[in-house]
Amino acid sequence: MTEVNNDGSFAPVVAGSALGVDAPAPVTPKNLPHRGGEPNPSVDAMRRQFGAAVRRVDVVWGETTVVIDPARVHDVIRWLHDNPLERYDYLSDITAVEFRDLEQPLELVWHLRSLPYRRFLRVKALIARGAPLEVPTVWDIYKGADWLERECYDMFGIRFIGHPDLRRLLMWEQYAEGFPLRKDFPLRGRFSRSEQLRQALAANPEARYSKDELSIAEAFEDLPADMRRRLTTGERTGE
Amino acid sequence: MGLSPRPESRLVETTSNEPWITTKLDAFVNWGRKNSLWPMPFGTACCAIEFMATAASKYDLARFGMERQAFSPRQADLLICAGRVPFKLAPVLRRIWQQMPQPKWCISMGACASTGGMFDNYAVVQGIDSIIPVDVYVPGCPPRPEGLLYGIMMLQKKVENERSSDKSLRNEMEPDPETQLYIPPSVIDEVSEPFGNSIHQTRSGL
Repeated sequence: MTEVNNDGSFAPVVAGSALGVDAPAPVTPKNLPHRGGEPNPSVDAMRRQFGAAVRRVDVVWGETTVVIDPARVHDVIRWLHDNPLERYDYLSDITAVEFRDLEQPLELVWHLRSLPYRRFLRVKALIARGAPLEVPTVWDIYKGADWLERECYDMFGIRFIGHPDLRRLLMWEQYAEGFPLRKDFPLRGRFSRSEQLRQALAANPEARYSKDELSIAEAFEDLPADMRRRLTTGERTGE
Repeated sequence: MGLSPRPESRLVETTSNEPWITTKLDAFVNWGRKNSLWPMPFGTACCAIEFMATAASKYDLARFGMERQAFSPRQADLLICAGRVPFKLAPVLRRIWQQMPQPKWCISMGACASTGGMFDNYAVVQGIDSIIPVDVYVPGCPPRPEGLLYGIMMLQKKVENERSSDKSLRNEMEPDPETQLYIPPSVIDEVSEPFGNSIHQTRSGL
């Protein structure tokens, strides 16, 4: 991990550096209770800062989960990232959980890690059944959220408002069967095997690239002429 | 042997005392082909690890004339598809097969490549024989190196028995331009019907 200095250079982030030189060496905790252990110290600060937006706090096996108001997701995560007493500088994962229970809301999960303070925090936001599957993006805070949010969109159909390039990541872009990790999605998909195969084979393997992708944009001038033409005109065979 | 007339002496100059034999052209060509197959591994999963073990010194694939591994389909004779193939990879695998020059053969290594294996789900092709023609299926999850070697030796027997008079052997299979499939869609649907435990997993319950 590195962080950018004011002059644009990079400085390495040393794990535990914010704890001071006389902090004890980290040890693997033992004999943790299943529920109700010591919560992450960030929780008190979050409560002071955001009040009722912090809806629930669970501590399971020593790991803290904070359930927050979905409308405040961006504010909370921005604050956790920027506040010099929190410094959650590493986003491990963004994912979602859907339950079979028709009453239970869909959960969105952000896994945050603060390397300087050696803290781990799980932030959740609940989306009620029937509500639009939309949350604000955290891409402007963590650039690494780009593909995590695309995967979450691909698998669950959750729209991250403000994401610069919200396309499917794992399934191909022409995939028309829906969102595979939703509970109403049949395990084998919605189409017959032959139809799935037909659609897959009709796709052009090279048509999955778009000019907007950074890796393509950087190497654009070096690409073969026909590929450049296809990317410029937005031609997508198989769509 | 014995059916062709004995060559006239002016065709075969035997001025020296070097020994010479007659043989069938097929036998000679097939002997050469089967002992110099250039395999191209298409490894996508754990079967590829077993393939690497097969190619490494203990099992030594080179004993069977496979000293040279081709990592380009254009210089390969044998495609060894090791591992599961998702639908997203299906057009890639077909294009690789089409890029290989004749004569070419294909081994489907392991349960996933042959049938989809345990991945009877929305993302995995239920047997690569619905994309490309397959010569030998090697069962196992993953197959041990001995299993793959046995499959390779079966393929060598198959190569040995090919006849050059059979022109259809080298015909490139053209997929149906409309569906892009070799096999009729109804057949694909029929052979990929769920079986065993997986019939209970068709619907999620919602």
